Amino acid sequence: MIAILGVGLLALIAISALAIVRTENVTSQVIALSFYGLLLALMFFLFRAPDVALAQITVEAIALPLMVMLAITRMKDREATGRAEQEKR
Amino acid sequence: MKRSHRLLLFAVGAAGMAFVYCAGALNMPPWGQYRGPYGDVIAQLAVYQRHATDTVNAVTYDYRGFDTLGEEFILFSAVTGVMLLLRPEPDRSEEKGGGGSGNPASFPDRATLSETVQVFTTAIFGFSVLFGIYMATHGQLTPGGGFQGGVILAAAPMLLYIAENTEAFQRIVSHPLVEFFEGVGAAGYALIGIAALAMGAAFLTNVIPLGKTGDVFSSGTIAAISACVGVEVAAGFTLIIFEYLREILSRSKADEE
Repeated sequence: MIAILGVGLLALIAISALAIVRTENVTSQVIALSFYGLLLALMFFLFRAPDVALAQITVEAIALPLMVMLAITRMKDREATGRAEQEKR
Repeated sequence: MKRSHRLLLFAVGAAGMAFVYCAGALNMPPWGQYRGPYGDVIAQLAVYQRHATDTVNAVTYDYRGFDTLGEEFILFSAVTGVMLLLRPEPDRSEEKGGGGSGNPASFPDRATLSETVQVFTTAIFGFSVLFGIYMATHGQLTPGGGFQGGVILAAAPMLLYIAENTEAFQRIVSHPLVEFFEGVGAAGYALIGIAALAMGAAFLTNVIPLGKTGDVFSSGTIAAISACVGVEVAAGFTLIIFEYLREILSRSKADEE
């Protein structure tokens, strides 16, 4: 029973990894990555590693998307600032 | 290189990869079975030797505490590097403060939030702080520990930002004490190790009384180190978040004035 669950989960992980690569919009990609991280955490939990699962949730479902989103926000903000300064000139 | 050559190269590479992968996969232990003595030995000994029911944290913060100290300082230097790279540029900030010539393109894609989101993110803030503290202080008893608790604590202020309570968010993340606590957390870990040296034992020996198994204040240095790591990680991640958002925040503040 648990083996079937595991195989299903692994298949889901493979599919979502493919989905991340195929996603073109960066913002959606980050959300997909976060979902993928959650699936990995579930897998660790299934393999009886709850500590690793918790670290996985906090890193790949909280910290990593947060960092990527912040970096994107900053880049967009800089772009907008640069454009506004050019227009002023 | 021609297309056919490239395809050939890929086919050779893919075949080799498939062979090695299959050979590796065939030799893996069966589903859910563990080979090797160390895990079983630790699982049997850790509770008696260290009074910690979560043996994983007994390993990370005690049996191989020195490695974790190194990892802690990897994070510490990474945070320092980010702060150095993203430090405010002097000419830009002058322009912003002095010019007042207006707002350089309002924020490009700001999502409008429903009131539900705003109300609930604020409500969840308290829970996530509590959960982070719980996680960091109960590492020796249940899965979790300082690192996980620290990340949860650092993510809590982001909820305020999402709820557009920017003022409160900024007051928390730009507080000078955040830097102080990052140092205290990192130094605390090293100091616990040095305290053992001062008492005549080896570096990072578990010298604090172990207490009763299952209590929050048990397992000696494991709990103390976990708490230190929690403080360090929470402060470190908060600093990174602030460094990323500093420019955007200071601009929105300038606009308000």
